Amino acid sequence: MKMEPVLVPQTSFDPMLPFPVAIRRTTWETDDTFTLLMEPPAADGARFKFLPGQFNMLYVFGVGEVAISISSDPQKPNLIAHTIHRVGTVTTVLSRSKRGEFIGVRGPFGSSWPIEKAKGMDVIVVAGGIGLAPLRPVLYSLFRRRKDYGRIVLMYGARSPLDLLYRVELEQWSKLDGVDVVVTVDRGDSSWKGHVGVVTNLFSYIKMDPPATMAMLCGPEVMMKFTIQELERRGLPLEHLHLSMERNMKCAVGFCGHCQYGPKFICKDGPVFSFPQLSQFFGKGEI
Amino acid sequence: MQPEDLSVVLCKHPFTSDLDEIHMKLLVGCASNVTFKDGEFLFHEGESADRLYLIRNGRVALEVQAGERGLIRIQTVGPGEILGWSWLISPYRWHFTACAVENVRAIWLDGKCLRTKSETDHDFGYEMLRRLALVLEHRLEATRRQLLDVYGSEIGVRR
Repeated sequence: MKMEPVLVPQTSFDPMLPFPVAIRRTTWETDDTFTLLMEPPAADGARFKFLPGQFNMLYVFGVGEVAISISSDPQKPNLIAHTIHRVGTVTTVLSRSKRGEFIGVRGPFGSSWPIEKAKGMDVIVVAGGIGLAPLRPVLYSLFRRRKDYGRIVLMYGARSPLDLLYRVELEQWSKLDGVDVVVTVDRGDSSWKGHVGVVTNLFSYIKMDPPATMAMLCGPEVMMKFTIQELERRGLPLEHLHLSMERNMKCAVGFCGHCQYGPKFICKDGPVFSFPQLSQFFGKGEI
Repeated sequence: MQPEDLSVVLCKHPFTSDLDEIHMKLLVGCASNVTFKDGEFLFHEGESADRLYLIRNGRVALEVQAGERGLIRIQTVGPGEILGWSWLISPYRWHFTACAVENVRAIWLDGKCLRTKSETDHDFGYEMLRRLALVLEHRLEATRRQLLDVYGSEIGVRR
């Protein structure tokens, strides 16, 4: 099995030591999902650098820590964004953060999307729900170097029109040359003019050249499972398929074992994997 | 549009593209060209179901009136897809309402005509049912996936 090199930017941060970061702004994307904008400090003279797909551990002092993917543009590291679903104690407290307040940040951690490997190829990005957040840095990077890639297709599924993230940007991206943005929801109302149905239905509307296509997936595991089946059925070579996995992470450096997935640790070996790295475990129970 | 032109159109639609010449001739006899403007209804829930639509361009939404919850769009059908099989099964009534959400160009096939020809020519009938079964299987699978409500149970962290 060929392993993808794990690209981790060199930082001088102690990976176990949170550094204080000031909150700049909180923007609500949906009823229960918000984006936290923050300014990282220039620790040891180095700017905060990250690669698309990496995540940070966000620590609310005295409350707890959560692993959240970075959802901003890697070329703008002076203002980083995390899009967060408010579901538990830590994320609820984070959602109430005010400008100027500090939280602790450890990171960035983990592997990244294969942007270099995709050069010269068409790229299909398939996102489900909040899975669009870890893919947004990829999209920024692809759009910035548009000429290095063939067609770029974003297929995005959400529960309802009100659950769509980054609505203004979706509209802007759909107007870019050589970029197709296809959005679907599981349920719509009479004001929704877009597609209704599961994200895999969208493959009927796009043309694919499988040997020349790189696919990047992030969303609920069951959504990724069906998307992988569809891509496989359409002849996409499995080594062209990459996905971001989610498990409960604690230490983020592969010590604690909370995010173990078969022989891998999602935090250290992932979260982005090529599918052949995971194929023997993916979709199996109790892993 | 003349019948011979319709066969050209039908040859380009994925549902009928590989139909043999004899069956294509039978099908053309049941076919008409049709357009709908954005917002126009193709049919309403409870009405007599007498058509199979082959969508060429545009998008159609299937809707259901869900009482206090209002109108719910449960599915959209787009280019290269088909819409409607209630014409095939008694009592031939639409179960949902279909509304164009973009300007739509389609071929409609007369349901009664298709049923009659299928009864007369069982090979033709089998061919039609085989194609419809593939679509039904695909839709059933998609509906089951939709029922999973996968985005409703996201735990939300590290995303």
